[in-house]
Amino acid sequence: MADTAVGAGPDHHAAGDDPNRRDFIHIAASVAALGAVGALAWPFIDQMNPAGDTLALASIEFDLSKVVEGQQVTLKFRGKPLFVRHRTSAEIAAAIKDDHASMRDPQTDEVRHKPGKAEWLILLGSCTHLGCVPTFGGGEYGGWFCPCHGSVYDTSGRIRKGPAPKNLEVPEYAFLSETKVKVG
Amino acid sequence: MSGHSTYEPKSGFERWLDERLPILRWSADHMMSFPTPKNLNYWWTFGAILAMCLGVQIVTGIILAMHYVPHESLAFNSVERIMRDVNYGWLIRYLHANGASMFFIAVYIHMFRGLYYGSYKAPREVLWILGCIIFFLMIATAFMGYVLPWGQMSFHGAVVITNLIGSLPIIGKPVTTWLWGGFAVGGATLNRFFSLHYLLPFMIAGVVGLHIWALHVPGNNNPTGVNVKSKEDTVPFHPYYTVKDGFAMSVFLIMFAVFVFYFPNVLGHADNYVPANPLVTPAHIVPEWYLLPFYAILRAVPDKLIGVLLMFGAIAALFILPWLDTSRVRSMRYRPTAKLYFMIFVLACIVLGFCGAHPPDQQVINGFATFQLLDSDLNTWVWLSRIGTLYYFAFFFFILPLLGLTETPLPTPESISEPVLSNSANAPAGAAASPEKRG
Repeated sequence: MADTAVGAGPDHHAAGDDPNRRDFIHIAASVAALGAVGALAWPFIDQMNPAGDTLALASIEFDLSKVVEGQQVTLKFRGKPLFVRHRTSAEIAAAIKDDHASMRDPQTDEVRHKPGKAEWLILLGSCTHLGCVPTFGGGEYGGWFCPCHGSVYDTSGRIRKGPAPKNLEVPEYAFLSETKVKVG
Repeated sequence: MSGHSTYEPKSGFERWLDERLPILRWSADHMMSFPTPKNLNYWWTFGAILAMCLGVQIVTGIILAMHYVPHESLAFNSVERIMRDVNYGWLIRYLHANGASMFFIAVYIHMFRGLYYGSYKAPREVLWILGCIIFFLMIATAFMGYVLPWGQMSFHGAVVITNLIGSLPIIGKPVTTWLWGGFAVGGATLNRFFSLHYLLPFMIAGVVGLHIWALHVPGNNNPTGVNVKSKEDTVPFHPYYTVKDGFAMSVFLIMFAVFVFYFPNVLGHADNYVPANPLVTPAHIVPEWYLLPFYAILRAVPDKLIGVLLMFGAIAALFILPWLDTSRVRSMRYRPTAKLYFMIFVLACIVLGFCGAHPPDQQVINGFATFQLLDSDLNTWVWLSRIGTLYYFAFFFFILPLLGLTETPLPTPESISEPVLSNSANAPAGAAASPEKRG
């Protein structure tokens, strides 16, 4: 090789030992190894995410005709409780009355139910603080009360008092017919 | 201290082995002849007690894993089967469950001892940090182990704790889903917690190995905090400390046995004998006693994210402690002011533990009316936990850094031997006390 002759000295590198070429090989090999480790790491990390069958069971259908006015049915949706509440007119009125009260997570009652279906309130029964299950009828707003750390929700499931940062989550759902909803 | 070896092979076989794998030499140097300060008191026996606790947890845990089923619909019943049908299953499970509490009692005493005698100061910073890592791994292991019986407390404890991570901005939600392996705590979570609960103790054992390695480079600290100056200051580990540790372990085992045989459930919660039900939360969720101070810190602030950060900060503070304490005197025996603040710190930790056990809104002193301060009444556990939290952090970030610069410590002895030899009243009394206790 031509470059071996240049600058030949007493402790010169043997042929192919040019420092620049060696550095390049080191860097290229290290980068390739790092990339390989990264690419291999992803499957080992991603395996912990929800599996295909878990995702496949992610939506449920429910017949509303079973729930009478003033009653609440608790279903299991994605491992968490789902509240299906048939609200009384008093509860709806109380929720609308407070639409413009001072709130941590301001929302009107209207955006928390489907248009024209104010009597049906469908919520994830998981406190937005640390995930406990709130009970209906507790607290001073006529809605839900979380026994763990004392969060109080009103009849629209909006956070009114206590440590929870957000309103009870309204999951994605749609009315398939007058009495049938699909959640998820 | 890890000077040259004093091991002499005694037989032809030992000589043969020594040239090939010097394992007997290593054992003799580290477990028999290791020069140890001659003034170590009983607070120093908790290292050996902790090693024993880890051994008990691993042995009983491996046995329990032979009978336990990590499945959401079978786990609870498999634990009940261990309790009722498996031969001596009740004993092994009670040893394991109470063993976790014993492990934490011992580790807290061990940590307070290190704090009091300045065992975290140069050249033992790495030793201390490895200890903090062990403590953190212990918390993670204990938490996941508590989930496995799949009772109401297991389930909702797991929900609350994993939801803490959800408070982190942006990454919070995907990370919690990743941890759960689903949209909520469920079968996938249980199965992976079982796998990790089995793995972590062996990681702890590995870090314990490093911890002892790091201990054997500078050697033990001692109650005076003064460095070992000569051979006169030390005694060989065996028989002096093997016997002392052995005695302490026996006493500790008696207390352990009292819990296992007479109060096996006193440290647990009745709710955990109710099978997990995702649709109903128990009225009062609390972690196991050893995590209560951290739980109190979490609930002390009304903001979820800050609460989580403070809780992790309380553990993180331990890691940087060697650089927070500015005093050049190791042992608080010679720091009267620091000693006082240390006692208050221990008290604050205990008070925080009580705070964590009570609902935040409940009154501390029943029927004693005070006034509303900001969001809560002053006479509530939440305000007491705020005071405790404030002191906890002030101790690390204000008191220890400033005290080292301002206090006047007492004179430290010239050597470990000096206070023992000059104060003749102490030495014989200490020597006589031990045989009495044994009798």
